[in-house]
Amino acid sequence: MFETLTGRLNQVFDGLRRRGKLSEADVDAAMREVRLALLEADVHYSVVKSFIARVRERSVGAEVSKALNPGQQVVKIVNEELIGTLGGPAPLNLAGQKPRTIMLVGLQGSGKTTAAGKLANFLRSRGERVFLVAGDPYRPAAAEQLRTLGRQLDVPVFFEAEVPPPELAARAFEQASKGGYTVVIVDTAGRSQLDDALMGELQAIVRKVPPAETLLVVDAMIGQEALHVAEGFRDAVPLTGLIMTKMDGDARGGAAISIRSVTGVPIKFIGTGEKLDALEAFQPERLASRILGMGDMLGLIEKAEAAFDEKQAQKQAERLAKGEFTLEDLLEMMRSSKKMGPLGQMADMLPGEMGRAARNVPPEEMERSFKRTEAIISSMTPLERRSPDVLNAGRRRRIAGGSGLEVQDVNRLVKQFREMQKLMKTIQKTGGRNLGRMFG
Amino acid sequence: MRQAQKGCTSGIITPMPELFSRWKEGLARSSKATFGRLAGLFGATEIKPDTWDELEALLIQADLGLETTASVIEALRGGVRTGGLTRASELQSLLEAELLARLDPPPALEFPAKPAVILLVGVNGSGKTTTIAKLGRRFADDGKRVLLVAADTFRAAAVDQLQVWAGRLNLPIIAGQMGSDPGAVVYDGIQSAVTKGYDLALVDTAGRLHTRYNLMEELKKVQRVAGKALAGAPHAVWLVLDATTGQNALAQARAFKQAVSVTGIILAKLDTSARGGMAFAIQRELGLPILFAGLGEKPEDLTPFDPEAFVKGIMNS
Ligand SMILES: Nc1nc2c(ncn2[C@@H]2O[C@H](COP(=O)(O)OP(=O)(O)OP(=O)(O)O)[C@@H](O)[C@H]2O)c(=O)[nH]1
Ligand SMILES: [Mg+2]
Repeated sequence: MFETLTGRLNQVFDGLRRRGKLSEADVDAAMREVRLALLEADVHYSVVKSFIARVRERSVGAEVSKALNPGQQVVKIVNEELIGTLGGPAPLNLAGQKPRTIMLVGLQGSGKTTAAGKLANFLRSRGERVFLVAGDPYRPAAAEQLRTLGRQLDVPVFFEAEVPPPELAARAFEQASKGGYTVVIVDTAGRSQLDDALMGELQAIVRKVPPAETLLVVDAMIGQEALHVAEGFRDAVPLTGLIMTKMDGDARGGAAISIRSVTGVPIKFIGTGEKLDALEAFQPERLASRILGMGDMLGLIEKAEAAFDEKQAQKQAERLAKGEFTLEDLLEMMRSSKKMGPLGQMADMLPGEMGRAARNVPPEEMERSFKRTEAIISSMTPLERRSPDVLNAGRRRRIAGGSGLEVQDVNRLVKQFREMQKLMKTIQKTGGRNLGRMFG
Repeated sequence: MRQAQKGCTSGIITPMPELFSRWKEGLARSSKATFGRLAGLFGATEIKPDTWDELEALLIQADLGLETTASVIEALRGGVRTGGLTRASELQSLLEAELLARLDPPPALEFPAKPAVILLVGVNGSGKTTTIAKLGRRFADDGKRVLLVAADTFRAAAVDQLQVWAGRLNLPIIAGQMGSDPGAVVYDGIQSAVTKGYDLALVDTAGRLHTRYNLMEELKKVQRVAGKALAGAPHAVWLVLDATTGQNALAQARAFKQAVSVTGIILAKLDTSARGGMAFAIQRELGLPILFAGLGEKPEDLTPFDPEAFVKGIMNS
């Protein structure tokens, strides 16, 4: 699996503890790694080329600041360039006369219909009166899919079978105007940018109902073709923004860079799940570090938040603060972290040293050790879980018997637990500052 | 043509000429998006350092990934050294051979069990439901008695979608209620296939990202339930991959294989401008055969995977 770019660059610059300017040779070596990282993230070949040229120019002769080593310095430049390319978060443009039309376009299966539902949900929560239009008469039950979402949201969905989408959009717009709706969202059928007939259909919709926003919906998992797809749609219709879907997966999402570079349209939203509220504003910093494979710490934190019972976590945090962390809490914590997903995957989300360390342990082994710990703690009495001090030899033997393990296993767990307690105390004292080093 | 389909249950394959023309049609459409770089690359010039860069660009842009691309180029360089080639034009056939050598022809599809249960799995929107319809049509045309099982009870109107196909293709279907337990639907479907003596039960499942732990657990459960309904079921688990997918395709295949022992891959949407180059890495690392290619949205737009046509698609970039 991929290592982090920082790690790779540190290797490139290994032993280069000197300060001063980055030399041409330094930069060449570093650019090879940056290039690989971007290609692994599905950034288009030609876009990588021009990107590297830009970063190279900025890097050669750059002063290595006191706080950074050369590797970090290069990462900093790369990261800045990436964030610059991705551009800032852009709001929806809802200027102009009401109702305003938002049209969603994209390849088959990219997630347009779900995105239409999410946008409806989002806009309604902002006080808009939303009207949905099912403009996909081709895929079986596509209209029914949008209708179902409309019912869930209590938003009307316009559809008339046998009516060509441009005419359908026009009729829908008229009805929405009469009904006093403020936003009309038009879902369209998935299509390849090479399909002239269907691209013509999109143009006809635009002529009939000029949209305030024409959003290209792109699957985060898309490969190199993203560039041609975006070009094709841009040439046919006036694109105004991009929605990247399925970002809750582990795709790096480099397509965002390619599309943004060739079309210049801003990225407006990120889809992060199948539920209708799983739509987020786009954050360039976060996407940049994801594309570079520097771990998605924010994503990991969110995953954890989703999996943990908030009250439980609160209680644990309080006990932690008081230095009262018990084996009971450990068990609880392990159970909730299992809900976050397979341990192996979590390792991939961790940056730097931590991720590497975590990846070094085979996931099966981690699961096994989880199971062992769980079995041992489960065989303890409540008193033993709260105060491991009472664990004498007799009790340890009983626990080992109860969990089907050896006394050594019990001993090891108790020892590890004590170490953990100690670590917790240190973190408390330093306010977690020392943890920072683990993220290098 | 290679004898790729030798031993295939008769009739499962479309006649070769039809297959080839359909694929070529798709390719002709998609080559509009390209620059005809091939002509320049494999022209009558000498092999230069640039040639290798161009070759790399070609392969990466077809989504072959860094590793596969590097290994193909390495092999070609070796071939050039030992074969004493000097002209770029001579590289073309070498490249074709090199790519072909990395793809297995699809194995014969035989289902001794009756009914044979086939589970289709994949990430959201990859093309599962459409592929079920295509497979249903194909196997029915072969004279098999096919039952469709709509076990995507999660996505809005997913059941309706397969029901429409069942109606159009005149195939029987067992469908779950939206929100109901997919395992229960699969159980009912298989039981019905057993009592009514069907040859094949094609099971559509909800799309899910391979990183979603709970959803992957749910899929494992569906698979276990199938085994309870009928010993040995599912007899095949096919992963539907969107050919437009980039490097993530390998992670998907890995995760689905680990969770539900995928036995084969179907590459959907090869009619679009995408080349599906991740197929190479998936074959090499996971040893999974690529069984079918999806070439459009109509029920007849499915052909057995043809390595030669696939490689031509990449060379045409
Ligand atoms: N061009 C093309 N489009 C396809 C192909 N296969 C499926 N599609 C289209 O891709 C879109 C998604 O296909 P579905 O079959 O609904 O995909 P799915 O995997 O069942 O989707 P979910 O159930 O929502 O996860 C639809 O618009 C299909 O018509 C193909 O081979 N070529
Ligand atoms: Mg489906």
